[in-house]
Amino acid sequence: MADLTLRVNGSERKVSVSPETPLLWVLRDTLELTGTKFGCGAGLCGACTVHVEGGAVRSCSTPVSQVAGKSITTIEGLSPNGLHVLQQAWLDEEVPQCGYCQTGQIMSAAALLAKTPNPSDDQITQAMNGNLCRCGTYERIRKAIHRAAGGGAGNGGAR
Amino acid sequence: MSPLSRREFVVAGVAAGAGLVIGFYLPRKGQPQESFSPNAYLRITPGNQVTIVVARSEMGQGVRTALPMILAEELEADWRQIEIEQAGASTLFGDQTTGGSASVRTTWDPMRKAGAQAREMLISAAALSWGVPRSACTAELGHIKHTGSGRRLSYGELVSKAAALPIPTDVPLKQSKDYKIVGQRLPRVDSPAKVKGEATFGIDFRLPGMKFAVLSRCPVIGGKVSGFDDKESKRISGVSYMGKIGDSAVAVVADSVWSAMEGRRVLNVTWDEGPNKDLDTAAVTASLKQAASKKGASLFSAGDVAKVSGRKISAEYSLPLMAHAPMEPGNCTAHYQGTKCELWAPTQVPQDCRDSVAPAVGLDPDQVKVNVTLLGGGFGRRLEHDYAVEAALVSKAINAPVKVIWTREDDMRFSTYRPASLHQLSATLDSAGNPAALTHRLIAPSISGQKGQPTPGNVDPDLPDEAGPVYGIPNYSIEYVMTETPVPLGWMRSVYALQAGFALESFMDELAVAAGKDPVEYRLHVLAKDQDLPYFTTTWKTARMRGVLQLAAEKADWSKPLPAGRFRGVACFGCFASYMAEVVEISMENDAPRVHRVVAAVDCGQVINPSILEQQIQGGIVYGLANALRAKITIEKGRIVQGNFDDYAPLRMDETPTVEVYAVTSPESPTGIGEPSVPPVAPALCNAIYAATKKRIRALPILS
Repeated sequence: MADLTLRVNGSERKVSVSPETPLLWVLRDTLELTGTKFGCGAGLCGACTVHVEGGAVRSCSTPVSQVAGKSITTIEGLSPNGLHVLQQAWLDEEVPQCGYCQTGQIMSAAALLAKTPNPSDDQITQAMNGNLCRCGTYERIRKAIHRAAGGGAGNGGAR
Repeated sequence: MSPLSRREFVVAGVAAGAGLVIGFYLPRKGQPQESFSPNAYLRITPGNQVTIVVARSEMGQGVRTALPMILAEELEADWRQIEIEQAGASTLFGDQTTGGSASVRTTWDPMRKAGAQAREMLISAAALSWGVPRSACTAELGHIKHTGSGRRLSYGELVSKAAALPIPTDVPLKQSKDYKIVGQRLPRVDSPAKVKGEATFGIDFRLPGMKFAVLSRCPVIGGKVSGFDDKESKRISGVSYMGKIGDSAVAVVADSVWSAMEGRRVLNVTWDEGPNKDLDTAAVTASLKQAASKKGASLFSAGDVAKVSGRKISAEYSLPLMAHAPMEPGNCTAHYQGTKCELWAPTQVPQDCRDSVAPAVGLDPDQVKVNVTLLGGGFGRRLEHDYAVEAALVSKAINAPVKVIWTREDDMRFSTYRPASLHQLSATLDSAGNPAALTHRLIAPSISGQKGQPTPGNVDPDLPDEAGPVYGIPNYSIEYVMTETPVPLGWMRSVYALQAGFALESFMDELAVAAGKDPVEYRLHVLAKDQDLPYFTTTWKTARMRGVLQLAAEKADWSKPLPAGRFRGVACFGCFASYMAEVVEISMENDAPRVHRVVAAVDCGQVINPSILEQQIQGGIVYGLANALRAKITIEKGRIVQGNFDDYAPLRMDETPTVEVYAVTSPESPTGIGEPSVPPVAPALCNAIYAATKKRIRALPILS
C-alpha cells in the first residue's frame, strides 16, 4: 500500500492504494468518479480515457503511482457545468446510443481539440481510432468534433 | 384485485394478482388522491408532474425516448414536462423482454391506448368542472381548453376529478396526420447524463458497504471446479472471501475491483474439464456438415420445387460463431438479506432475472426485486441471466451487498455465442434466367432449444421473425435442420436473420450473374408482381420490399457509373417485420475491401423518431460490417480462443463508411428497427467484392 496524493479535476485527493493499481480503479472505486469506464483493461478500447497533464491517457493501463502529483482530468471535471463545447456538440449531433463509451470518446476528442483546434478528417480519425464504440456512433462523433471545432455540422465523414 | 397505492404499484416490481396492463388501477373516492394514474404507464400529480413509465430496457436503442413519445402523443402532453421512470421487473406490463426489435412494435398499441385513456378522462373532468359538453373541450400541450370561452386547465389541476372517473375502455386514437410528437426528431432524454458522465450503468451503481467480486470460471465449456487453493489470494490486500459458486466457478470477493482481480490472478483452481475438453472449431463445423443430409422442418413452402426443370444452380454458405461484445462488460449488483434479495441489473430480461435468481438462492420470485439500470450495450448478450444469478449467490455466500464484474476476457470467453450455421441453396432458372424455383436449407442449432425452451415442430421459435421469404418465387422452399452443439448459444443482434440474409442475398447475386443481369434489375424483376407471402405471424409483401430496393438504388445512383476503382453491391432482406435494402460501395486495397459508403432504405411503418431510426440503422450497419469482416469465435481444446478487442476486433473509426438512411413514408404500424439493418450488410459487401474481383465469398468472415 502507498499513500499518494492525486490532483483530480483541480482538487487534491489523498488515496491509500497499492501503487500498481490502475488509475481507472482508483478513480472509480476509491474516488467514486464513475464517468470513466472499464471496457477492456488492456488499452484497446479507450472507454477509460482521461487527461494527464492535458494529454489523453488510458487509465486502465496506467499505474496510479505514475500519475501521483500530476494534473488529472476526468469527464466530471472537463467543464464546470458539464457543457464543454464538445459535450454540447455531442448533444447537438445526438451522438450517444448506449453511451457507455462516450465519456472516453469525449475525453479523446477534447485532447485532440486542445492541440489541433480545427482538425481534418484524417486528424480526427487518427486521434479517435483508439476509442471503440459497439453502437457504431463514429459518423456522428466525427460530425460533433467538426461542429465543436467551429466547422459546423455536415462536412464530417467525407472521404 | 386489491388496490395498491400508486407508489406501491410503480415501485414494487412484484405486485401479486395484477395481470392487465390497462385498467389495472383506479383510485377510488375515499383514497388519498395524490395523483392520477389510469394505467401503469402514466401518473400525473396535482403539481402537474407527468411521469411516463418505461417498461423496457434502455441499451442504446432509444426506448426511454421513443416509448414515452408514443404515449405523450395521445395524451396531448407538453413533451417538455415529461419525466421518465424506468420500471424494474413487474407483473404490470406483460413480457418486459427487450429484444427481437420488439419494444416499439409490441407497445405501440398499449402506449397509445394508455395516453388516449388519460386524455379522454381529463377532457371529461374539465367538462364536468365547467359544466360544458365534452365536445366543447380539447386537449393540447398538457391542458384542456374550452373552445367557446378559451378557458384552460392544466392536467395537474384536473387530476383529482379525473381520478374519480371510470376508465374508458374504447378510446379514439389519433390519425397519423395529426401527430405532433411521433415522427419528430426529438432529442433523446438519456443523452445529457451520458455526455456528462453522470449516467448510471450497471457497473456504476453503488450500495453502502458493497463488496466487489470476480469469478474464476472453468475455461473448458461445461467443465467444473474440482478444487482450489486460495492461500496466495488471501495475501492480496482487500481480499475478503473465496468460495465456490455453483459447480463451475470460484468467486473472489474484495473491497475493490482491482483487489478482486488480483486475488483471482493468483488463485489456483483445478478443473474437471469434462466431456468437451477436446472440442474444437473443426468439430463444430463437422457437426453441421453431418446434419446437412437430414430432412428439415418446412418454414415456408410455395409450389413444388422438385417439379421444376431448367438450369440448376446451387451453392453452400457458412458462418462462424460470433460474440456480442457490448462495451460494458457483464455485471450485476445484488443484496441478499435472508427473506429477500434485491438486484440492480443491466439486463434485457428483468423478469427472467427475478425468476432465475429466486430458486438459485431459495426464495420465491416475489421476494426478489429487480431494478433495471442503463445498459452499456446489449445486442442480445443481456438476454441471459447469468450475471444476476452469480451476484445473488455471492451476496448470499458473504451475507453482504456485492457487485460481480466480468472482465473483457470473461465476457469474450464465457459468452453465449451466435450459432455457427451452414446454408444449402439451390435454384432452377427459367429460360430468361429468373428463379422458377428456390430452396434454402438452414442448418444450425436452436438457441431456444439448447436452453430447454419449446421448439414446436422442430422449428426454433426465433425463425418466424428472422428467416422469412423475401421474394415471390413461384416454387420456393425454406427448411430448417435443427442441430445440437455443446457451445453455449445466445441471441445476437438480428439472430438467424444474419445467417439467412447472408446466404439468400449472396445466392441471389450469383443467380443474377448466372443470368447475365444487373443485380438490382434482377431482384426487381423477381419482386415485380405484388404478392402477399404469409410466414408464421407476418405477411411479407413483395411491394414493400420492391419499394425499399428501388429507393436504395435510386439514392445510391445505381444506374450511374462509378468512378474508376469503386465497386458496389446490393442486398435486401426482411426481418422483425421490417423491410431493408442496402447498397455498399467499396474499393479494394491489398485484396481487402475498404467500405466508403452505404445507402440504406427501410420500410418500418410509422417512424417514431427519425434521429433514433438513423442511429439504429447506422449502428446496425457498423455492427454488421464488423460481423462480415472479422467476427469469428474459435475453439481449441474446449476453450474459446479470443479474449479481447485485439483478437476479436470491432470496427473502428478508420473503417467506418458514411451511411445514408432513407425511410419509406408509411401509414403502417411501426415494426422493428434495432436489427433489420444488420443482415443485408454482409451480402451487399460480398457482392461488391465480387463486382470488384470476380471472387465469391461463401464463408464469413471475409478477412479470415
